[in-house]
Amino acid sequence: MTGRRIRVVAAIIRVMKGASMKNKAISLTRAVEMIPDGATLMIGGFLGVGLPHRLIDELVRQGRNNLTVIANDTARPELGIGKLIVAKLVRKAIVSHIGTNPETQRQMINGDLVVELAPQGTLAERIRAAGYGLGGVLTPTGLGTTVAEGKRTVEIDGRSFLLELPLKADFALLAARRADYNGNLDYTLTARNFNPIMAMAAGTVIAEAKEIVPVGVIPPDDVITPYVLVDYLIEKERTNGR
Amino acid sequence: MDAKILIAKRVALELQSGNLVNLGIGLPTLVANYLPPGVEVYFQSENGLIGMRSLPGEGMADEFLTDAGGGYIGAIPGACSLDSCLSFGLIRGGHLDVTVLGGLQVDEEGHLANWMVPGKMVPGMGGAMDLVTGAKRVIVAMTHTAKGEPKILKRCTLPLTSLRRISVVVTDLAVIEATPEGLALREVAPGVTKEQVIAATEARLIVPQTVPQMPVTEGVMAGA
Repeated sequence: MTGRRIRVVAAIIRVMKGASMKNKAISLTRAVEMIPDGATLMIGGFLGVGLPHRLIDELVRQGRNNLTVIANDTARPELGIGKLIVAKLVRKAIVSHIGTNPETQRQMINGDLVVELAPQGTLAERIRAAGYGLGGVLTPTGLGTTVAEGKRTVEIDGRSFLLELPLKADFALLAARRADYNGNLDYTLTARNFNPIMAMAAGTVIAEAKEIVPVGVIPPDDVITPYVLVDYLIEKERTNGR
Repeated sequence: MDAKILIAKRVALELQSGNLVNLGIGLPTLVANYLPPGVEVYFQSENGLIGMRSLPGEGMADEFLTDAGGGYIGAIPGACSLDSCLSFGLIRGGHLDVTVLGGLQVDEEGHLANWMVPGKMVPGMGGAMDLVTGAKRVIVAMTHTAKGEPKILKRCTLPLTSLRRISVVVTDLAVIEATPEGLALREVAPGVTKEQVIAATEARLIVPQTVPQMPVTEGVMAGA
């Protein structure tokens, strides 16, 4: 091997070693300290299932306010995003459903909270559009309804579609089943929902996993969210005993 | 027979083996209990599952296995998990055979309103707009009237869920198909006359000479 080649191989090994050893786990406190007041947050979960509960509790504890939240729903007053609503930390919510949270409806009617309702499939596609580098999506959903107000209609081959624009966020707060220390994620059953889509659409992605496992434990075929998308993991809670 | 059970039993007869079916929260959920013998369908839960079933037993709830209302469910062997884009791609992309939803109003053009009452109830549309717009067949399951007032109207007064025409509405009085020509009375409930249906309906109905009775029985299983 030539000297140059040895140097290149050594450099590649250093890079690979660095990548495989990088531990993205940080403390819950530090993670939430990165989020400024007024931030736009995407929060995974469906009625609190597959939602990063520890991150929500810490946002409430640290009192981050004036937030814009993009999520499927506002859960219930005592559950998930509902806790942010009750603590009056949310200025605007872009969601598909608020029916399970009377407090959201109350604040909306009072004018304390702006709620933008989006059909669930449209919400998912708007987030995907941002994450996949698309300028928007054309959907028949919402045509001729209140959802279409102020939006452009586009005709393709004689069919009408509504132009829906991408949705991106400063931070995505995700919940996963397992993370490896690099940030590869997998999910459980209906706890997947919006999490993998939001992982693509935010400037900084913070994931809270049920467990953090050594790199390699999650088989490549089982990784749903690749590590390159995940910036930080939340450290495991200290537990007594094993 | 209880009105809701009657409706659920009749809707169940609309499902065919192999169908991928989405049941809305509330009355539509009951449909799963009355599938005719031999009919096997797959239930989708739009929060991310194909192969939903009821909880297999007490103490078997899983915190990460829930329906679109947040309730605990079971999953059949062979079930699969979906993210929200895939789940709604199935719905919007024409891969979902049947959606069964509740309704507040249905009108002569077959439009459905079922997601809000301005100033009173603004729960959000959730998945309803995508379901009504995208499913191959849209079945509305609702009581024929609310507090004595007709819910099948000339024109919906509440905000529409979709411009897409529904397929059929099943009530405690009748089965009414939405056709390009208008609403056609197809069946009446046991013990109900055509005239009673017409009187309880504001919309103009296309009424054939003879209207058969819903083929539902008192037994546990519809059609049994």
